Amino acid sequence: MKAIKFLALTLVVGAISAFTMIKPAAGYKVGDVATDFSLKNVDNKKVSLADFKAAKGFIVVFTCNHCPYAQAYEDRIIALDKKYKKLGYPVIAINPNNPAKQKDDSFELMQVRAKEKNFTFPYLLDEGQKVYPQYGATKTPHVYILQKTKVGNVVKYIGAIDDNYSDAAAVKEKYAENALDALLKNKEVAVKETKAIGCSIKT
Amino acid sequence: MLNFSGLNPIYTMRKMIILLAVFSFMSCKKEVTSPETTVSEPEKAVVADQPKPIKVYEKDGIKVASYDFNAFEPFLKKDNDTTYVVNFWATWCVPCVEELPHFEKLNTTYKDQKVKVLLVSLDMPQKVESNLLPFVKKKSMQSEVIYLNDPDANAWISKVDTAWSGAIPATVIYKGGQRKFYEQQFTYEALEKELKSVMK
Repeated sequence: MKAIKFLALTLVVGAISAFTMIKPAAGYKVGDVATDFSLKNVDNKKVSLADFKAAKGFIVVFTCNHCPYAQAYEDRIIALDKKYKKLGYPVIAINPNNPAKQKDDSFELMQVRAKEKNFTFPYLLDEGQKVYPQYGATKTPHVYILQKTKVGNVVKYIGAIDDNYSDAAAVKEKYAENALDALLKNKEVAVKETKAIGCSIKT
Repeated sequence: MLNFSGLNPIYTMRKMIILLAVFSFMSCKKEVTSPETTVSEPEKAVVADQPKPIKVYEKDGIKVASYDFNAFEPFLKKDNDTTYVVNFWATWCVPCVEELPHFEKLNTTYKDQKVKVLLVSLDMPQKVESNLLPFVKKKSMQSEVIYLNDPDANAWISKVDTAWSGAIPATVIYKGGQRKFYEQQFTYEALEKELKSVMK
């Protein structure tokens, strides 16, 4: 009986660790319902998706201070918020990095950056790094567009903002905007997932 | 005395074990298959000569050839008895820079054993002359460094490997049709182990 108990315990531990190892890599797929969170904003107030009663959805952007790709997209993220917030899709920016591993991404420096760039949207710290693995974000910047429905915030688009990180003027495909425009017209998003080079999330 | 076998603790325990065994088997299986991908389609006839760069940057005796993805792709499809270790990195990427010495060491250690390390920089175009070339010079890098300049990354990331999300560091190790992909940072020991698994 003791041996059986031990075996069962080993299996339980094994099963749990196997699952926890898989989960962060998996994350949300298009069509999944994204869970809400409560994270600290640069103004020290907690922010949840549920706070935005009038929103039709969200542009959740995992981004940070230090990453050159994230920096290259800062102005375009601000432009997205300015254009789509009034249409019901505000930007919610989340820094997924562990500040202990990446000093430039500390909460204090997030506050500095948000002020310098006049961020028009919440810039939240994923304290304890619990939120980004649920989404399945692997890098910065990494965009998730959610649409508010009766069943919750449904993931409609995952990926890049557009097809040219290095030169905003040379962009041909505005992936995020195309997805948002489709959602606003109650149409199916044509390109649901894209890939981009980015900085790996620091854990 | 009534005997409810369904409530017998040993029976329930057995059921639990079977269930758990099935579960852990399923999850383990998923785990081992994911990081490894094999090229299924036959290799196209590969041109024997070096891929042609679209531009060559040169400064202080350091030369780095620049490619768009089409020009670069043959580097991922060489079909011979050499094992290629292709690492995607950038000067601004801290974990990439941390693991670079391991790739350099691998390149030196396996020089005479048909192993070639190729370091593919993904720096920004405006940073090649100011950051990449001085970095290559300062570190006296011995492995071949090339520059991949193709901003439409969505069009080519999956062509490197469908499992790649686009985060760097990322590494492909291949020999002929045998190929493995890693979206991770390496220690020297782990890198050498993976090299050996593809070389054999």
